[in-house]
Amino acid sequence: MSAMSDTALQAAPASKARGYWATVARRIRRDKVSMACAVILLLIFASALLAPWLHLADPYQGSMIRRLRHIGTPGYPLGTDELGRDMLARLIYGGRLSLVIGILPVILAFMVGTSLGLVAGYVGGKLNTAIMRTVDVFYAFPSVLLAIAISGALGAGITNSIVSLTIVFVPQITRVAESVTTGVRNMDFVEAARASGAGPFTIMRVHMLGNVLGPIFVYATGLISVSMILAAGLSFLGLGTKPPEPEWGLMLNTLRTAIYVNPWVAALPGAMIFAVSICFNLLSDGMRSAMDIRN
Amino acid sequence: MFAYTSRRIVYVIPIVLSVALVCFLLVHITPGDPLVAVLPADASQELAAQLRSAYGFDRPLPVQFGLWLWRAIHGDLGNSIATGRPVLSEVMRAVGNTVMLAIAAAMIGFTLGLLFGLIAGYFRDTWVDKVATSIAIAGVSLPHYWLGMVLVIIFSVQLNWLPAVGAGPGGSGAWAWDWEHLRYLVLPAITTSVIPMGIVTRTVRALTGDILSQDFVEALRAKGLRETEVFRHVIKNAAPTALAVMGLQLGYMLGGSILIETVFSWPGSGLLLNSAIFQRDLPLLQGTILVLALFFVLLNLLVDIAQAAIDPRIKRG
Repeated sequence: MSAMSDTALQAAPASKARGYWATVARRIRRDKVSMACAVILLLIFASALLAPWLHLADPYQGSMIRRLRHIGTPGYPLGTDELGRDMLARLIYGGRLSLVIGILPVILAFMVGTSLGLVAGYVGGKLNTAIMRTVDVFYAFPSVLLAIAISGALGAGITNSIVSLTIVFVPQITRVAESVTTGVRNMDFVEAARASGAGPFTIMRVHMLGNVLGPIFVYATGLISVSMILAAGLSFLGLGTKPPEPEWGLMLNTLRTAIYVNPWVAALPGAMIFAVSICFNLLSDGMRSAMDIRN
Repeated sequence: MFAYTSRRIVYVIPIVLSVALVCFLLVHITPGDPLVAVLPADASQELAAQLRSAYGFDRPLPVQFGLWLWRAIHGDLGNSIATGRPVLSEVMRAVGNTVMLAIAAAMIGFTLGLLFGLIAGYFRDTWVDKVATSIAIAGVSLPHYWLGMVLVIIFSVQLNWLPAVGAGPGGSGAWAWDWEHLRYLVLPAITTSVIPMGIVTRTVRALTGDILSQDFVEALRAKGLRETEVFRHVIKNAAPTALAVMGLQLGYMLGGSILIETVFSWPGSGLLLNSAIFQRDLPLLQGTILVLALFFVLLNLLVDIAQAAIDPRIKRG
């Protein structure tokens, strides 16, 4: 009997949450802009993932006699780069690395920041002060400067660039997570869980996480746009990927010398960064308004 | 007001100290011995030991931090390894150019942002709003270094109207306030202005919309005020928050200029930081970041004080 009521207790908020998320999903599906962005992102992700099976040219194989061909050249739909490599293949293969170094920092920061913010917001007191004052220190740096400082000190490399961007985003997500958690912690259902004997870890994991995750997730989605721009920016400066690896930021950098010869081919990698960044921004805006059901 | 200002200034001290600590530790997270940076490649063991104690690298870290901080307070950030000149003077010279760029960009970005934001907020959910919102979203999503390249392609390569790189015909040293020099500022300033333009538009749009939906606006209209006078009240109410956002954006432009300065070879603090990173000039790297971060903290402080000065609600909080 007691097992029955336990499941019933836990199932009640879960089914309510499903109703909420179903409503949100329905509202997003009706939003044309969000759906268009989702489709574009899916196409970019799928082509990056399936690149080896798309019968593309070798993204590493260059040729001195066919350098910097224009867009629309037969056999090279998007032209060739400064070493004669096929741009279409490099842009599609470039998505693999660019998306990973752009999105992974946000995922890592989402996990670390949510945990820190949840603990700071729920436990409160001295621990909250310690975590939030440390976070404040990172807010004293403009985010680009902080990313460059850490990345510049650690040295060039993909891992270092991911680490530095994660450090940039953890404080921002921690702040959001903390403020959302503080808003939820004094609600009656948390009090009820505490009264029924749940420990702090159980309360945070079972009762609070589901209620704070939504807003933090939306905020993190918005960060992906910044992260894509910064990650490619680090590579553009020479602090991320190393040649000959195809990566949009690095491609933009190596093609800079070609702007007098074949300017529009040189601008292509940036257009990819822009496309991914604006789609994530619009999708994040769409999710935010879809989740704002009360208004 | 005096009490609020002094309280804010006291709050800043621990932040400044922690910023200094982060900058100090930056050199210690670099792979390898920090001494490698200042040591000639063919140095003997004795010279290495001598320099190690001269720089204090043989002391415990907290002691090293204290010594470094003491020298930094007195304006000694060490010497650049590449040029041998004091870091502080190198940084301050470059920061001047960055400040010029940031102010030019702020004039463009803030003007457009305020304009678009007010219009979009006032005509909410009309086509005007949609256009302004789209411009704003594009502004915050643009990889600005790419926009810089595209502008160079259009205005320097194709049309040949404006110079692509540099800060004047006479190199970096000689700046004059004439068109001959100002034309070098146009493209970098436009490029830098795009992100603040987008963010200010979005903030002001949201603010204007919120204020217009409040009861007091209804009361003003019921009282018989003309729409232009209602609008004046909207601006008065939006000003503190808008000011705070713009102050923060100015700080981001000062500190985050490295990518744009690299694209345009603009001789500011960002380009200095770039060369410091790639020449492994650690004292210069550390000093530039410290100075830029302190500028940012100072700017935040000024914004807070200015915000309290124009918004009486803040002082009481």
